[in-house]
Amino acid sequence: MNWEAIWAIARKDVTVALRTRAVALPLALVPLVLMVGVPVLVGLISGMAARLEIAPADVDVLSRPMPPGFDARYAGLNDAQLGYIYFIVYLFAPMYLILPLMASAVVAADSFAGEKERRTLEALVYSPTTDRELLFAKILGAWIPGALVGLIGFALYVLVGNFMTWYVAQRIVLPNLLWILLAFWVGPAAAVLGLGVTVIASSRVNTFQEAYQIGSLIVLPLVLVVVGQAMGAFALSDGLVALFGLVLWGVAGGVFALAASTFRRTSLLARL
Amino acid sequence: MDDSDGRFSSFPIIETERLTRAFGQTVAVNALSISIHAGEVFGFLGHNGAGKTTTVRLLNGVIAPTAGVARVFGLDPTTHGHRIRARTGVLTETPALDPRLTARDTLRYFAEIYGVPKQERRRRVDDLLAFFELSSRGDHKVGGFSKGMRQRLALARTLIHDPEIIFLDEPTSGLDPVAIRDVHRMIERLKQRGRTIFLCTHNLIEAERLCDRIAVMAQGRLLAVGDIHQLSSRLDRGHRVSVEVDAADLPRAMQLFLQTPPVVHAEAAANRLADRNGGAQLVLYGVSRRDVPRIIEAAMQDGLQLYRVQPEEPSLEDVYFALQEL
Repeated sequence: MNWEAIWAIARKDVTVALRTRAVALPLALVPLVLMVGVPVLVGLISGMAARLEIAPADVDVLSRPMPPGFDARYAGLNDAQLGYIYFIVYLFAPMYLILPLMASAVVAADSFAGEKERRTLEALVYSPTTDRELLFAKILGAWIPGALVGLIGFALYVLVGNFMTWYVAQRIVLPNLLWILLAFWVGPAAAVLGLGVTVIASSRVNTFQEAYQIGSLIVLPLVLVVVGQAMGAFALSDGLVALFGLVLWGVAGGVFALAASTFRRTSLLARL
Repeated sequence: MDDSDGRFSSFPIIETERLTRAFGQTVAVNALSISIHAGEVFGFLGHNGAGKTTTVRLLNGVIAPTAGVARVFGLDPTTHGHRIRARTGVLTETPALDPRLTARDTLRYFAEIYGVPKQERRRRVDDLLAFFELSSRGDHKVGGFSKGMRQRLALARTLIHDPEIIFLDEPTSGLDPVAIRDVHRMIERLKQRGRTIFLCTHNLIEAERLCDRIAVMAQGRLLAVGDIHQLSSRLDRGHRVSVEVDAADLPRAMQLFLQTPPVVHAEAAANRLADRNGGAQLVLYGVSRRDVPRIIEAAMQDGLQLYRVQPEEPSLEDVYFALQEL
C-alpha cells in the first residue's frame, strides 16, 4: 500500500472540506444543536418543572419499562428529575449517532461527488495509486472527520449533560458504559455506514448536494429507534447497544464492500 | 508497421499492437499500432472524437483495452498501471484544479502523492512556480486564477515528479498567444532534457512546429504516421511549385505548364510583391522539387521569362485534410 499517497489524499480531503462552508457549517452546527442546544433547552424546562414540582408531559415515559437498575440508582428524585436523567442518558442516546453519520456523509459527498462535480478527480485517476488505495484514501478522509465529530460531540454532551443534570437533579450521570459503547463502538460504525451509503450515492449522482441528501437519509432509522424507545417498545441497555454496534458494523461492512465494488477508475472516468 | 526512424533511442518507450477500445457499439480506438522512442516529441493529431484521449487513458492503464496490447516502459498498462503512472505525467484536456487550495498547496499535494522525496519537495515546488511565473501567486487560492494561470499550474502539476513520459492533451486549447508561446517553449525545453512527449492536438501548426513524428488519427483509426516529410511524400497532389512570370505572359504560361508533365493543375495566385513589379504568380500542382529543372527547361524552350521558381512542400494542413478525405 502506498501509505504516503493515501495519507496525502485523506489529509487534503479533510483540509479542503473544512474550508468549504457547505461542509463546515453542518459539521459545526449539528453537534452544537444536538449535543448542547437540546440538553440545555430540555434541562431548563425540566429544572423549572422540578423546582415547581410539576411533571412535564413527557415524563409519562417513566411508566414504560426502565433500563435495569435505573429506579434503584436514582431513588429519591422526583418525576421531573427522573424524566430528565432518562432523557439525557437513554432516550436521546440514538440521536447521538446522527453526528458521525452526518459528518462522514457530508465529507464523503464533498470528497466523491464534489470532486466529480469540480472535475478534480481526473488528476487523481492518473496518479500512481491503485483503485484500492484511492478508495481507501478517500474513505479515510471521510471517516476521520466522522469519527472525530462523534468523539467531540460525545465530550461536549458529557460536559453539558452533567452540567444540566447537576442543575436539574444534582447528579453526575455521564459517561456510563452505554455512552462509552456508543462513542467508541457504535459511533465509528455509524461513520463507516454514512460514508459507505454516500459513496454508493456519489457513484450515481453528479453533484455534492444530491449525494449529501441521499446519504443523509440514513439517519431516518435512528429516529425510529428514538420513537420506539419513547413508546416503550424497548429500553436501551448496555447489552442492546453492544449488539446494535455489532449489527451496525456488519451492515456498514456490507455497504462498504458494495461501495468498493462500485469504485473503479474506468467508471469514474466515464462519468467525468 | 515499423515507423521508427533511428534518430532516437532504439528502445521503444511506448508500443501498441492493434490496440482497440470500444464503448458499446462505438469503437474509440481501432487496431492502433504505434511505436514511440525515448526522447521523441510524438504528435497525435486528430479532431474531436478521433480517439486521442482514449489512447492516453489506455496507455496509462486507466481503462482497459477491448483488444490488442500496449507496452509502456515495457510494462502492460492493464496490470501495471500504477507503476506506469508513477513515471508519466498527464495534462488532461480540461485540467481542473481544486479552487480551495493555493498553487503551492496544489503542487505540494501532488508531490506527496507521486512520492517526491520530502527533502526535495520544497525546492521542486519553488522551481516549478518560478518556471511557470507563478511565484508571486504561490500562496493565492487557485479559485482566483485566470485560465492561463490555471493551465500553467496544471502543467507544473504534471511535471512535479519529473516524469519520463509527458502526455499533453490539447495543452494550448483556449490559451492566449503569449500563453501558447510559453507552453511551446516549455515543450522544447522538456525535449532538450530528453523527455518523451506525447502531444495530443488538433492544432496543425503546433504539431508541425513541435513534433518529431506525427500520427494522424480519424474516428479511432491511424491514417498515417511519420515526420512531416514522410507524410507529405505520401501526398503527390500536395506538392507544388510557385513560379513568377510577367503579368502579360500569364495566359501563355498557364497553357504551357498545363502541357508540361507532371503538372496536373495550374492556377494564378495573388501575390502583392509580384503585382507591384508587374508580375504574376502561378502555382503548378503535382510538381515536386525534383521537377523544377523540367519546368525551367520548358519555359526556356518556349522563350518564357521566369523571375522566380519556388518548390513548396505540402504543409501538415494539406496532408491532414488529404488523409481525412482518403
